[in-house]
Amino acid sequence: MHCPKCHAPMHTYNRNGVQIEQCSGCRGIFLDYGELETLTRLESQWAQPAPPPAPGAPAWGAPHGGHHGGHHGGHHRPRSFGRMLFSS
Amino acid sequence: MPADLHAHARAAAHPAAPCPGCATGTLADRPDATVVRHHRTVAKAHAPGTAPEELRRRLAVAAALPEILLPPLTPAPTALDGRQVTCWPLGLPVDPRDPGAAPWEDAATLTARLHRTPPPPGLPAMRGPRKAALAVARLAAEAPGHPAAPVLLRAWAALPPWARAEEPAPPELGAALCHGDLHLGQLVRHPAPDGPWRLIDVDDLGVGVPAWDLARPASWFACGLLPAEEWQRFLGAYRAARGPALPADGDPWPVLDVPARALTVQTASRSVTKALLAGRPLDGAEEALVDACGRMTAPRTGVL
Repeated sequence: MHCPKCHAPMHTYNRNGVQIEQCSGCRGIFLDYGELETLTRLESQWAQPAPPPAPGAPAWGAPHGGHHGGHHGGHHRPRSFGRMLFSS
Repeated sequence: MPADLHAHARAAAHPAAPCPGCATGTLADRPDATVVRHHRTVAKAHAPGTAPEELRRRLAVAAALPEILLPPLTPAPTALDGRQVTCWPLGLPVDPRDPGAAPWEDAATLTARLHRTPPPPGLPAMRGPRKAALAVARLAAEAPGHPAAPVLLRAWAALPPWARAEEPAPPELGAALCHGDLHLGQLVRHPAPDGPWRLIDVDDLGVGVPAWDLARPASWFACGLLPAEEWQRFLGAYRAARGPALPADGDPWPVLDVPARALTVQTASRSVTKALLAGRPLDGAEEALVDACGRMTAPRTGVL
């Protein structure tokens, strides 16, 4: 395929599952039908703020399902939390 | 450790007879307290600088509430080697290797009953905010260069003055009989090994905002460390025992927010100071506390 603007050959790339044609001459990008919407959706997911804290928790609390895992079982307590439970 | 603390415990255990060769040991030896055991008697040397009259008033509360607090063996402290020393019956603590077996309901019920007891006249203030302020002062003095220090100091500065021990608490927050330093190390079974649970350690006990006593588990839950189920057990038992710190139903966080933030900053400050002095990085739980402090003052962003 050739660039509709400068007629240089275009190369195909795949970015996050989206097929992108880029011109080797003017670096212009060609998107197929629906690909702009796909990119917009990916971008909004990327920019979304961290998930809100669990219901019944303060705004500064760990995000629900946070990586510390305390909300899900708690049998993997970090060792220092074991000490915290028992000290001032 | 005061040199004669073991001898003091032995004399308290055998007031009139020679020791037949009892089991003895040191249960704790920290800068703020040394605790030794002789058979079924425990002697505690309180923090240097402890005011004897304030300690005596706090001991009197424990002696008057044996259904809630472990009662002391003697009504007044003894001076020993410049330290105030008290004697207690031996109790069985929560097993630190099995925090999953923690008696959350008993802790909450005892706390609610303590909060419902009218404080005796002349009892000093609960020392919770003072201890938080000391932990932050130590961070500022000993670990100001740690990357987490500015985060914690910002979260501390955002707290109201009463929670930083700079002003008395506003009366509308309540003035109850509080433990002042509630955690799982403050519960023992007495008589050991299967008697009822009792609260120990009256050093910080006094009149204060009762939500402070709920704030440590609240902080652990908010930081994602304590499972929601254990937090709900504690909260539910406190409410079932008609604890006055919280509204009977509905969201507890308007009441818990300030004390839980203060306890989070306190625990994070102690962790960061200790980690820096030991030359080690923070572990997962300690990072969770620092992250929570960061979110306390972060500007709200997003599209909501």
